[in-house]
Amino acid sequence: MELLSLHYDVSGTDFTCAGEASSKIKRNLKELGFPTSVIRNVAIAVYEGEINLVIHGGGGVIDVEISPECISIVLADQGPGIPDVALAMQEGYSTAPDNVRQLGFGAGMGLPNIKKYTDEMIIESEVGKGTTIKLKVFVK
Amino acid sequence: MKISEIKSILNAELICGEEFIENEVHTACGSDMMSDVLAYVKEQAVLLSGLVNPQVVRTAEMMDMKCIVFVRGKQPDEDMIELAVERDIVLLGTKLEMFTSCGLLYKNGLKGGSGI
Repeated sequence: MELLSLHYDVSGTDFTCAGEASSKIKRNLKELGFPTSVIRNVAIAVYEGEINLVIHGGGGVIDVEISPECISIVLADQGPGIPDVALAMQEGYSTAPDNVRQLGFGAGMGLPNIKKYTDEMIIESEVGKGTTIKLKVFVK
Repeated sequence: MKISEIKSILNAELICGEEFIENEVHTACGSDMMSDVLAYVKEQAVLLSGLVNPQVVRTAEMMDMKCIVFVRGKQPDEDMIELAVERDIVLLGTKLEMFTSCGLLYKNGLKGGSGI
């Protein structure tokens, strides 16, 4: 299998569409025949990331590179950035507004959960410029 | 337990997914917080929720769940139903509250997950 690259633009205004990119990525991996556990780990991590792009980032982009050994994902936004990444990684810490919590998100589990479901996670964030999260899930 | 038994136990209405109603499921979870479902749920096949928005169906999709039961008489809109149909997810609706719904299903043999 050759390296497959996927690119998705994520709207920052339409919460109802959040998850569409994750859904497409999941279906792609399924069609390519990856193990169920790998597909689910990628799906959950990307979905959490996509929700974050909508809630916090004002939208952004998702790029995925798929090889037989590894699925690499980059989620990037030009939102407000994360002032304290270590704090944001703590379970339960959330800056999500009340309207987001009413939709079932904003429990402060997004970033820790992304870490839990991926093998590598790198957060690059600058206040006022945006956040980029690089993820890898290895196919074991 | 078959999804049809869940429908019967909860006196629930079938909203969509009739072709999958005889499928077997063994575990369930109940939550209105999708963040927690994504963080703590493992292999559960049924999601009980009182939350009604498309992200409930998306969350179930990402977790490979087979059935969503909307409790407290909550009704999904057309977009949610369409999304569930596309993803082969059965939607049920019951007037029972969350605690009662979970209790009845547990009493009848449906189990929770292994926890954190």
